[in-house]
Amino acid sequence: MAMTTITFIHADNRSETVEAADGDSLMMAALSHGVDGIVAECGGNAVCATCHVYVDEAWASKLDPVTDDEDALLDGTAAERRPNSRLSCQIKIQPALAGLVIRIPDRQS
Amino acid sequence: MNPTGLSRDASVAPDIPHLAIDPFSYGFFDDPYPAHQEMREAGPVVYLDAWNVYGVARYAEVYAVFNDPLTFCSSRGVGLSDFAKEKPWRPPSLILEADPPAHTRTRAVLSKVLSPAVMKRLRDGFMAASEAKIDELLARGSFDAIPDLAEAYPLSVFPDALGLKAKGRDHLIPYASLVFNAFGPPNELRQQAIERSAPHQAYVTEQCQRDNLAPGGFGACIHAFSDAGEITPAEAPLLVRSLLSAGLDTTVYGIGAAIYCLARFPDQWQRLRADPSLARNAFEEAVRFESPVQTFFRTTTRDVELGGVTIPQGEKVLMFLGSANRDPRRWEQPDAYDITRKVSGHVGFGSGIHMCVGQLVARLEGEAVLTALARKVGSITMSAEPVRRYNNTLRGLASLPVTFTPA
Repeated sequence: MAMTTITFIHADNRSETVEAADGDSLMMAALSHGVDGIVAECGGNAVCATCHVYVDEAWASKLDPVTDDEDALLDGTAAERRPNSRLSCQIKIQPALAGLVIRIPDRQS
Repeated sequence: MNPTGLSRDASVAPDIPHLAIDPFSYGFFDDPYPAHQEMREAGPVVYLDAWNVYGVARYAEVYAVFNDPLTFCSSRGVGLSDFAKEKPWRPPSLILEADPPAHTRTRAVLSKVLSPAVMKRLRDGFMAASEAKIDELLARGSFDAIPDLAEAYPLSVFPDALGLKAKGRDHLIPYASLVFNAFGPPNELRQQAIERSAPHQAYVTEQCQRDNLAPGGFGACIHAFSDAGEITPAEAPLLVRSLLSAGLDTTVYGIGAAIYCLARFPDQWQRLRADPSLARNAFEEAVRFESPVQTFFRTTTRDVELGGVTIPQGEKVLMFLGSANRDPRRWEQPDAYDITRKVSGHVGFGSGIHMCVGQLVARLEGEAVLTALARKVGSITMSAEPVRRYNNTLRGLASLPVTFTPA
C-alpha cells in the first residue's frame, strides 16, 4: 500500500511523523498511528467536529475546499476556529500531500 | 415430508449457519453476551430461524451494512416489519426510515438544528442543571439512580431544549419505549406496546405542531426550516417527532448505563474522580460497553455478497450493535469498561448516513452528569440488586438503588 508522510504537531509543540496509508482520511491516519489529540467522537461521519486540526498555511490551498457541511461543523469546534481550520475526517491522504504538516488544537471538546 | 431435513428456508445458502437464538426473548435480554459470542463465532453472517432473518454480529459486517445504505436500505423499516409487505404501525419517519435522496434533505435540517455550534450555547445550562441535580441527590443520600437521575436529568433539560409544553411530558418516555419495542418482532413486548399506544401517539402528534413549540427550541428551529423551503410545512411536525422518539429515552438508557458501570467498577470510578476531564470519554465508553441501542434492521435492495455469502434481495438483516462493540476482532479486552479507551469507531450510535443525529446532545448530557458526579460524589454504592427493563431494542435498567456520599 502506498504511504504518504504526514507530520502532526501537538499544542505543546511536540511533533510526530507518520507514514499514512493513501486513501485513508487524515483522521483515520492519526487514530491508527496512536496520535493523541484527535478524538473523532463520531468516527469520521462528519457529525461532531472533534477531529479539528489546523493545516499549515503552505498546504491549505492544496486541499479540497471546505464543503458547506464542514463549514457549519467548524463553527462548533471547541478550540478557536481559524482560517486554516479543517476537520481531519474530510481530508483524504494522497501522494500530493507528502510532507503535509498538521497542528492539533489544545482541546476537542 | 421434506427429504433434505431442511426447513422452508432451504433456499438459504447451506454455508450460512442457522441458529436457534431468539434475540428478542427475555432470556436473551437477561444475558445477551453468550449468544453474541455464539453468533460471532458461527460466522460473519448467520441466519436466525426464530424470525427468519439474517444476522451480523461481528464488527466488520455491522460496519459494512451501516455504510452501504443503498444496498441495505432503511425505507422498508429498521425493525423486523417490512414496509413493502406490511403497513407500518405509524407514518414512517422521514429520516430514520428513509433512503437517499429523500433522507439527505431531512438529515441536513436536523444536523443543523443539533450542530456542534448549537451545543456550545446549551452547554452552560446543561452543566448547571446536572450540578443542581447531583446536589439534590447527595442531600437525599439513598435513592433509585434510574428514575431519580438517569430519567430525571434528561427530563430536566431536553424537553425545555425542544420547547415542549409543560403539560403531557409524562407521555414522552412511554412513547419512546413504544417506538423501540415496535422495531422488534410481533412478540408480547411489541403487541402490548402498540395496544397501549393511542394516548401517547395523540400527545406526540399534537405536541409536534408549530403552535405548541416554544420559540428558540429545537422544535421551532425545525419548523423555521419550512419557511426557508428546505422542508415542507407538512414534513416539519414529523421531523419534530423524530426528536421526541429518539431524543429522550436513549439518553436515559445511556446515562443509566454509565452510572451502572461506575457503580460496578470502582477502579474506573476512582480514575474519573481523580480526573473529571475523563467524564466525556467515560460516558462514550459506557455507550460502547452497554450499547443502549442493541439492534437495528436493514432490508437488502439486491442480491449482495457479505462475509463470503450471498444474501438475496428483499431480506431483513439484523445488526447486533452491542455485539460489534464487544467483538474481540476489533477491541482489545472488549469486556472491560475502561474510561481511557480510545473508543472512536464504536457503533453504539450507529455509523454512516443514519448515525444518530442527536449524538451531540447525548454526549453533552452524559458529560454533564459524569462531570458533576466526579466533582461532588465520593462514593457510589449499590444498595440493592438492580432490576432490568425489557425492551426489544433498548438495553438498560428499570431500577438501580444506590447510596451517594459526598466527596
